[in-house]
Amino acid sequence: MKLLNKRNIIILLILLAAAFPFVIQNQYYLHILTLAFIWTIAVYGLNLLAGYTGYLSLAHGGFFAIGAYALGLLTVKAGFSFWMAFLLAPLITMIIGLVVGLFALRTKEHFFAIYTLCVGYIIYLVIDKWESLTEGVRGLIGIPAPEAIGPISFTSPISQYYFALVVFLLVVLVIYRIIHSLTGRTFIAIRNSEELALSLGISTKKNKLLSFVLSTFFAGLAGAMYAGFIRFIGPEIAYTTITFDLLTYMIVGGIGTFAGPIVGTFLIVLLSQNLQFLQDYRMLIFGPLLTLLIIFSPRGIVGFILMQYANWKTKKKVITSKGHVKEG
Amino acid sequence: MELLLQQLFNGLTIGSVYSLVALGLTLVYGILHIPNFAHGALYMVGGYITLIMMTNAGLHYILAILVSIIVVGVLSVLMERLVFHPLRHSPPIQDKVAAIGILLFLEALAQLLWGADYRQMPTPFGQVVNVFGLTLTLQRIIIVAAAIAVMIFLYWFLKKTFIGSTIIAMAQNREGAALVGINTNKVAILTFFIAGALAAIGASLTSPINLVFPGMGHLVILKAFVIIIIGGMGSIPGAILGGYILGFTESIGATYISSDYKDLIAFVLLIIILSAKPQGIFSKGGA
Repeated sequence: MKLLNKRNIIILLILLAAAFPFVIQNQYYLHILTLAFIWTIAVYGLNLLAGYTGYLSLAHGGFFAIGAYALGLLTVKAGFSFWMAFLLAPLITMIIGLVVGLFALRTKEHFFAIYTLCVGYIIYLVIDKWESLTEGVRGLIGIPAPEAIGPISFTSPISQYYFALVVFLLVVLVIYRIIHSLTGRTFIAIRNSEELALSLGISTKKNKLLSFVLSTFFAGLAGAMYAGFIRFIGPEIAYTTITFDLLTYMIVGGIGTFAGPIVGTFLIVLLSQNLQFLQDYRMLIFGPLLTLLIIFSPRGIVGFILMQYANWKTKKKVITSKGHVKEG
Repeated sequence: MELLLQQLFNGLTIGSVYSLVALGLTLVYGILHIPNFAHGALYMVGGYITLIMMTNAGLHYILAILVSIIVVGVLSVLMERLVFHPLRHSPPIQDKVAAIGILLFLEALAQLLWGADYRQMPTPFGQVVNVFGLTLTLQRIIIVAAAIAVMIFLYWFLKKTFIGSTIIAMAQNREGAALVGINTNKVAILTFFIAGALAAIGASLTSPINLVFPGMGHLVILKAFVIIIIGGMGSIPGAILGGYILGFTESIGATYISSDYKDLIAFVLLIIILSAKPQGIFSKGGA
């Protein structure tokens, strides 16, 4: 008779998200939430790689931008329909991710972080300088909105919101299935000890590459959604700031936790909207927060709550078992 | 020929600055095995402190640099004490994230205190001199001379003084150093101070020919990482040599290949090196 079990809470949250546009008729909040869904998708990709597999990639913003530019270029320059481009963009990102991953994953730890940081910078420089293809600093203008499917059109902010929500829920479901599958366990095994995983007969090379490619897929998907939603993209979306933003969302929420990306992204996105005057200086708060969290609660807010919950549960158990002893 | 010579001299100037920044990074990596992503922010703060000391406090360029060395050195030590020291037993991913947190904070702070615009640093050494038919500004000559002097001094300090050799000892073997009675905490503090000071010197020297702005550390720090990977993480001669190699490659690449893509050179170089040798060239044991 537990009304507040996990399942009910999730259903309640989904209902709340679905009812939101009717309850609060504020276009601005709708816009912010849609963006938050998109960012969360990207953060899930990063979390899969950094949180579950233990490889901190600093090229994630770059892959996000590749997804966005793939969609933009396919629709604006190659004349593809939105949906066609939307399917292709994450795939293109994945293919580039595969090539990068093949080389990047030969390195470990610090070298991997530095390697991917450089990859991210190369992606930014290429987008910024290759003017004949990407229009350079001018950016890509006039990315079309998703075409209507039958009676459903995607031009109003509400429909964009639902589109993002549906994709977001799908992503959460897929991630859930991944991390609770054998593959997910394998990723965790690699994070905990690569040598041990290797000695258990796990092909760490194959699994690390799989995790990397999957993470770029989600980055590319989020990028494509972003391009379709904002409909204007410039090279600044490939800059390291985006990577560091995504990293902040992940660490604050909780690296390597399932709910972390949602908690971190929504908390920070909503908080920075309410601290609008802080927009340029938000890192004055979030920078030290990042550092403090990693020192005092390395698994972020969600990790902290889970730990408290576990402590509370064991305490309760101890108390009840004591009670039993008294009765007996 | 003259163009080539001019470019070689430019390479020498840029290389000197790269070497200074990379030296700080490699020293810290050598003793603590932390890739200090916040080092670029120290470089940026160094540039700003010198600038502010000159424009607001009216100090002479050289005095301003001295103030900057002390401020950034202390900042660097604080970073070690407050952040890296408590994290010394944590998994490596946490050091990196913590360093990135500091980086983001310092950049936002610089933007808040000093604004986001690009600023020019005045220099008392703006004269143009002619050496062997090359037109050079005095500032560039000073960059090269000062950087080389600092490197020689550092080399002497590390090799010939007792305190300096404790740093080397700790870089070679942390436990061993502690075993023979070296206070590893003190060495860590000293190393971070030197690293901060080197970043401040590098930034202050190069600012008059470049510009001062909150993001000025981004490219430099990335290139410094490239350099210490080329030169071997933790290797001091490697950092110096790597800095000059990159400086020359860039200035020649900018002239003869494309100035648009000159910043790419360093990263492409790194990607090639790490793809072929994932542990870096000249790697000194343990990744």
